[in-house]
Order: sequence, then C-alpha cells, then structure tokens
Amino acid sequence: MAEKNLIIKASNIYKSFKQVKAVNGVNLEIHSGEFLALLGPNGAGKTTMIEMIEGIQKPDSGEILIKNKKWDNHSHELQKILGISFQETRFIDKVTVWETLKLFASFYNLPNSRIEEIIDLIDLREKLKSYTENLSGGQRQRLALGVALLNKPEILLLDEPTTGLDPTARREIWSILHKLKSEENTSMILTTHYMEEAEQLCDRIVIMDSGKILTQGTLDELLSHSKSSEIIEFELNTDFEKFNFESKEIFEQTKNDKTKKVTLFVKSIVDILPKILNYLKENNLTAKNLICRRLTLDDLFISLTGRRLID
Amino acid sequence: MKHFIQLIIIQFKEFYREPGALFWSFIFPILISAGLGIAFNNDQAHEYKKIAIVISEEAEKDSIWNNIFSNTKLSQENGYQTHSKTIKNYSNGETTYNFIKTDMDNAVILLKRGIISLILTQKDGKIDYLFDAHNSEAKLLFLEISSISNNSKLVSENEVISPLTKIGTRYIDFLIPGLIAMGIMSSVLWGISYGLIEKRSKKLLRRMVATPMRKSYFLLANIVSRLVLTLLDTLFLIIFAHFAFDIQIQGSIFGLILVILSGNFAFMGISILIASRTSNPQVGNGFISAITMPMMVLSGIFFSYQNFPSWAIPVIQTLPLTTLTDGVRSIFIEGAGILQVLKSILILSGIGIVTFTIGLKIFKWY
Repeated sequence: MAEKNLIIKASNIYKSFKQVKAVNGVNLEIHSGEFLALLGPNGAGKTTMIEMIEGIQKPDSGEILIKNKKWDNHSHELQKILGISFQETRFIDKVTVWETLKLFASFYNLPNSRIEEIIDLIDLREKLKSYTENLSGGQRQRLALGVALLNKPEILLLDEPTTGLDPTARREIWSILHKLKSEENTSMILTTHYMEEAEQLCDRIVIMDSGKILTQGTLDELLSHSKSSEIIEFELNTDFEKFNFESKEIFEQTKNDKTKKVTLFVKSIVDILPKILNYLKENNLTAKNLICRRLTLDDLFISLTGRRLID
Repeated sequence: MKHFIQLIIIQFKEFYREPGALFWSFIFPILISAGLGIAFNNDQAHEYKKIAIVISEEAEKDSIWNNIFSNTKLSQENGYQTHSKTIKNYSNGETTYNFIKTDMDNAVILLKRGIISLILTQKDGKIDYLFDAHNSEAKLLFLEISSISNNSKLVSENEVISPLTKIGTRYIDFLIPGLIAMGIMSSVLWGISYGLIEKRSKKLLRRMVATPMRKSYFLLANIVSRLVLTLLDTLFLIIFAHFAFDIQIQGSIFGLILVILSGNFAFMGISILIASRTSNPQVGNGFISAITMPMMVLSGIFFSYQNFPSWAIPVIQTLPLTTLTDGVRSIFIEGAGILQVLKSILILSGIGIVTFTIGLKIFKWY
C-alpha cells in the first residue's frame, strides 16, 4: 500500500572515492509530499547521497528509482520533474536576477508569468535588475531556490540550502519552504547539518554519519527512542562537589568541571524539578542559569556518536 | 529553439558587460597595430645615426681620421659640448652622423642602452671598429663609416637606390595579418575556454545540465556567439588598418573568409579540449597561457619565423597559429587565391575536427 505513493526508492547504495567510502550501504525511501532531512556532520555522505539521487553521481552498486524510473534511460523525464539546488551555486556574475530566471525558464519552456510567480515567492522583486554578483548570500540562495522551483518540481533536492547564511536569511529560506509545503504537493530531500533546520522543515529525519544511516524517523520517534526525553541544566558557582542528588527519575547526569555545569537527563521535568529545587535549598546551594528543555537531535547525535553535529 | 536564443543572448550580455573583455578584444589589437605601425613605418627621409668615438685629443688630429672629420662630402653641422662629451654632427644630405666623443666606459653603456651600435677607437695607428657582428644595423653602419673613411662610395656611379614603396612590402603589411590571426586565437581561447571553466567552477555548468537544457545547444551558443564576436574583431581591425595604414587585401576575399572560419574552428576545438576537464580557473589560465604564449612568439606574428633555426621551421609551420597567420598573410600581401590557401584551410579544419572530437568525448559536465 505504501509502495503506491513511494516516490524515491534507493536500495543498498554504495559509493567510494578512491579510499573513502562516502556512502556505505544506504537504503532510503521518500513518499509523495514528504519532506525528508538528511542530517549529519560534514563528511557524513549526505551530499554524495543526494547527488546520486540527482543523477550527477552514479552509485558503485545499488539501485535508485525515482517514480520507478532510472537515470540510465529516463534522464530527460527525470530532469523535468526534479528541482535542484547545489551547495553554493553561483550564477553568471553580470547577468541580472530576471535574466537568470528567464534563462532557466527557457530550458523548461515556461512563460514569463511563471517567473513572476517565482519572484514573488522568493521575494526578490526589488532585486530584479541587480547583477547576481551584487546579491547577498541569502538573496543568492533564494535565487538558487527560485531556479529550482521554476518547473514546479515534484521532487525538490536541496543540498545544504542555508549553510553559511545568517539566522535571518536562513529563516527566509525556511519560510519559503514552509509555504511550499502548505501549498504544493512537493516532496523534498534536504541535506543539512543544522538540527534546527531538520526539526523545523521536515516530516522525517535521517541521521547519517560516515556513509551510513544511524537512525531515522519523525522528530518525536527519534527523541522517544532515547530513554530520557527532557533535560535540566544549571550552573553551580560554589560547592560544585556537594551536589549529589540521586533519583530513579534521572537517567544520566554529567558534571562539567570547567563550566561547573550540571546536566540531568530526566524523564519528566515537571515531576522532578520541585525535588531538585528543594534539594538545592536544603543544602544551601545556589543554582544559576537554570534551563529546562527538550532533548534535541544534537543531544541524540552525541549519545549515538560521542561527537557533536557541528564541531 | 527558445532556449538556444536565450543562451546566445546571455553569452552576448556576459561579454559586453565586461569592460575588460571589450578592451582586450577590440581596443587592444588596434593599439598594438597603431603602435607598431608607427614605430616601424617611419616615413622620415632623413636619418640620424649615433656613433661613439673613443680617442684622445692628440689622436683626433691623426691623419687616419682625416677622411671622416674633414671629409669634403660631409658637411659639419652644429655640434655641442658638455662637460663629459663632445657631439660632432656630419651630414651627407640623407644621413646625419652624430659622433659622440666619450670614454670607453660611457661608450659601452650607450651601446648597452641601444643609443649607439658602433664604437670607433684607435689601435696601433689604425681605426678600430667595435660592434656586435650579429647586429645587422651595426654592420651597415660600419660599412657606411668605413666607406667614408676610405673615401670610397657605398653606392657606385653604376648603381642607384630606389625606396620600395609597393603596398604589401612594408612591416605593417606583414604585421596586420599576424595580428588578425593572433586576435582570433586569443578571443576564441580566452572567450570559450575560460568561460566554460569558470562556469564549471561555479557549479553553474552542472546546474544547467540538471535541467532539460540541451548540451549541444549550450555549446553551440558558446561557439556561435564567440564566432560573431571574433568576426567583428577581425573586421574592425581590417577596417582600421585600411584607413590608418592603407592596408589592402590583394588576394581572394572568399579565400580569406574560409581561412578565418577554419582558423576559428581550429581554435574552438582547442578551446573545448582545454576546457574539457578542469574546474579550476587558475589551472585553466595556465593552460591557455601555455598554449598561446609560445605560439605568439613562434608563429611569425611580429617577426618572420624564418629567423628560427632551419630544423625548427617545419615544426613551427604546423602550429595552428602559424597555419592561420600564413594563410591570412598570403591572401593579404601575396595575393593568394583560394587554391594557394587550401592547404591551410584543410590543416586548420583537421585540427578542429580532431580537437572537437576528443574534447567533447572527455568533456566533464559535472
């Protein structure tokens, strides 16, 4: 049943470059309308994986089917239904935003009205006559996204669309993608090493490291796999050693000698927080910068690999 | 078709919005031809030749110098004296000889700077001529002074000298066809190769190929737009040379068009080959320079390649730039017809076919 709206199916994908196993046995499925994030640190194999789906790289072994078609004999059809944005594409310096869109629109034989729609979507109307070399990083990335969306792609493949952008520019990209999700039936694969991006935009998150998929699922699924789902953090400026609170409801606690920071992995903040506050009070300990938060993907990645997503 | 037209439009916009490209393609060849044309097209009837004299005051009175300094055929003109040197000017009506009296150290410096090419001094009671035996200008000057000194004539009464003014024999006539060929090479190699490599380095090439754009249209748009530009370059230079230096095309215009087209084709193939793999503009830069620079020196653009050793000439003659230059030049100044340049056309087309085939075969789009 689920096979019916399966739009991309990649099975047993291997790809090596010289001695490096970039992608090492990956299986991936995307359903129609689904937004999927490939999350992982640099060198995880995300770009290689997405480029194989884009038809730019060929897997050493394994099979990629897009709408049941292979790149080998349906490249022209697949090009028509894909929208692609590479890591940092740069357009021709002295060609304007309008001319760039016009050029790419001509490849799909699209009318000017479609270019107009895209310009409004990516909010670059004021920059229509600017040369692409004069655009900011965020504007350039929005243009790249606009180019990818010109043909109303069924599948959008974005390789690190917001890497190197400031938070505002990143949010602008996110809002375009949100809009897309609510209005069009587009499927999307996005690679990123920002967990926030994966959390914000995607229905399903695939965490990759060293060419392999570590785990995957919805955000809730991923986080519920871990025993604890919430975190309490605070700093003790004095008597760091004296803090010795034991409870069955605390799965794990870490103390950082340098920052004097205590991190408690707990099942439920609401249940345990009063007890901790009491304990601190009774022992005359002063806690600073107390934070209660949900477990994040970064915490999950650390517990899976011992490393952080972004070093 | 719509996207082919768009690709061509973008190519032209890319070109004319880059002021540097306009300068190198259109203005620079004109400046070179104007500069060299003026430098080597000296119409002055009267020549001035500078010679250093290194002798003492007493030696100057020596009879061996009489024929030079008291020659009845030479009239002494105004000279002048500074603290370090005395200038004496003698004229025979056509040429003025400026004798600069100085010491040997100074004379050598003047020689190194190219101000003089001949030093006269006295050795064992004889006039001693010092000059570079490989320098033909110095050799000629030696013969002139020597004949004055021997009271003989360089040109006897049975001989007459007429300046050669026939169109096609001047240096500028030699130079312009060379500049046309060089212009085609530079414009095509830099325009196409560099453009493609830059697009590959920006990942724009793979971005475009990821659309239903036809690769053949993309390459064709590059080629067609560049061809239009180089033909304009060439036309521009010919028109300039015609009005500035009265350059005439003496041979077959149709032959010239075919030679120029096949030259463009050859260099386009080479440029596709150069741009087929690399995605680093610096490497591309190096490649293009490594190909254009030697050919600019070897292929007889500015001076005849006949000056190179005879074993090297057959090799030089097979270079694409030499083939193109020889073809264009023979039509301009030798009045060659289409049959005389057929060999050039065939060689250039052959180079084009081979390089295009290999280049396209190994071309990396991603």
